Amino acid sequence: MQLTINGKPRSFDASTFSVAYLVGQLNLEGKRLAIECNGEIVPRSQFAEVHLVDGDKLEIVGAVGGG
Amino acid sequence: MSDLLKIAGHSYRSRLLVGTGKYQDFAQTRAAIDASGAEIVTVAIRRTNIGQTAGEPSLLDFLPPDQFTYLPNTAGCYSADDAVRTLRLARELLDGHKLVKLEVLGDPNTLYPNMIETIAAAKVLVKDGFDVMVYCSDDPIIAKQLEEIGCCAVMPLASLIGSGMGILNPWNLQIIIANAQIPVLVDAGVGTASDAAIAMELGCQGVLMNTAIAAAGDPVRMAGAMKKAVEAGREAFLAGRMPKKLYSASPSSPSAGLIA
Repeated sequence: MQLTINGKPRSFDASTFSVAYLVGQLNLEGKRLAIECNGEIVPRSQFAEVHLVDGDKLEIVGAVGGG
Repeated sequence: MSDLLKIAGHSYRSRLLVGTGKYQDFAQTRAAIDASGAEIVTVAIRRTNIGQTAGEPSLLDFLPPDQFTYLPNTAGCYSADDAVRTLRLARELLDGHKLVKLEVLGDPNTLYPNMIETIAAAKVLVKDGFDVMVYCSDDPIIAKQLEEIGCCAVMPLASLIGSGMGILNPWNLQIIIANAQIPVLVDAGVGTASDAAIAMELGCQGVLMNTAIAAAGDPVRMAGAMKKAVEAGREAFLAGRMPKKLYSASPSSPSAGLIA
């Protein structure tokens, strides 16, 4: 399947997997972040249950320095 | 004597709020914030760097959320929708944290706020349960409207973001302060310590700044200067300044007992 992550297309062999699996694949495990899928926030408590499918658009954000 | 800053039901000892951007590195960020004595620190919400190595340090490692009150902002947002979306992500990121800084910009050159979009976003966020500290123009009518919407603090600019031009319209700030039932903080435009002191002497409840510290020759030293300036300005405000007089027929030394 193909996902769009932070504006960039990425291809994966599997046809579906959980948000938690994706977080691990991206080396983001343990990072404080928030994820939006197709404009809807995926609560951290649901990372294991929510599954992604071809065409999903994800925003993965964190806190950075700012004024 | 305790003189606490009260925002949305919480009390803070420091009336200086600081940003966390534009520093050399996270260590300098932390050192400057420690020197400033700030308890509330602003952070921006941005796309995470995908493909980073595991264990790469982040801002939160240097400013643990249990030691500071985070104030996620909407810097870079040019529409109400983007600002609301950003702060909903921030709330998820920070485990349900409600205190936020709303700013909706209108122009990339001046970073002047778009108050029509800001008001639209404020209405949605207040209804959604956020405690909204709002960056705004120094228009007293707009500031009052933001209060009526239910914002927990209004934060008019002293001058443009990052300009260091100081307080350009103290008269408008005084009108806003006189009419407000919620805290008024100066946000943006402070350039040096005297600017912060003047804001506090006018009766502001606090000052929020980033560039004035981060872009100083010695940011950590300037952070300490700002701490003192905010405290001095607050004390002067509470003490009540003497009236200004063009001439004074009241010398400080006794008129009697002069040698003949």
